[in-house]
Amino acid sequence: MIQGITIYEILTLTTIIFFIGVYGFLTRKNLITMLLSIELILNASAVNFVVINTYLYPESLQGVFFSIFIIAVAAAETALAVAIIINLYKLVTSVEVEDTEVMKY
Amino acid sequence: MERIIFYILAIIMIVFAIKAVSSRKMLRAVIYLLFVLIGISGIYFMVDYSFLAAVQLAVYAGGVIVLIIFSVLLVHHIELKLDETNLKQRVLAAALSIIGIVLTLYAIFTFDFNPAENSRIIEVKDIGMGLLSVGDGGYILPFEVISVLLVAVMIGAIVVAKGKKLER
Repeated sequence: MIQGITIYEILTLTTIIFFIGVYGFLTRKNLITMLLSIELILNASAVNFVVINTYLYPESLQGVFFSIFIIAVAAAETALAVAIIINLYKLVTSVEVEDTEVMKY
Repeated sequence: MERIIFYILAIIMIVFAIKAVSSRKMLRAVIYLLFVLIGISGIYFMVDYSFLAAVQLAVYAGGVIVLIIFSVLLVHHIELKLDETNLKQRVLAAALSIIGIVLTLYAIFTFDFNPAENSRIIEVKDIGMGLLSVGDGGYILPFEVISVLLVAVMIGAIVVAKGKKLER
């Protein structure tokens, strides 16, 4: 745990980052920038797992494992999303949400 | 000392997170996100999870951000600015987010956490033993599932990104 910092302060920080991600997801109109917002949300929740692990149950390791799995799934999701976005750009030459009506040509 | 570092990190992360979701230049938004991710790895270092911090730096700063930068360069003109979202939608989203923040913080601050007194240094060996253990509380099955998922994603990304030839 961090000396002099309570769990409340770290949870406040991750909450704020999480909802900044939600705001970005609601306002952005571009597929890649929406992907960035999702990364923010996933990272904030991964930090929460680790912080609750260290502060409340320091003798177990569950939070670390869940964070590793979150990071792995997020990397996989990003790779697939980028592949889909590039393919979509080849089909409709745009990555705006409004222009993406069809996935199957 | 730790307090000051934590608050500096927190301010940097919040400012750059706001910039990342509001910047109208896409490449800059990606770089702002990179700063947020590095700040998060700083938090991991501060709670003594060096392995997780290294993973965060390697996977996000080294992998994901580079991938996203390449896709931005492929599909978007650098000088082009993103369309501005209309004001009504932005205000609505901001109001929703603030309501969410207030509700979550209310729930957090009224809940009585009981922080444990002792702390323990986590070594990489412990994480490896836990991930590969087949006994009680072992994580061998999710570990295998994740490896299958990563292989599937690799093949899937190649197949999807190759796509069909453009026909006009």
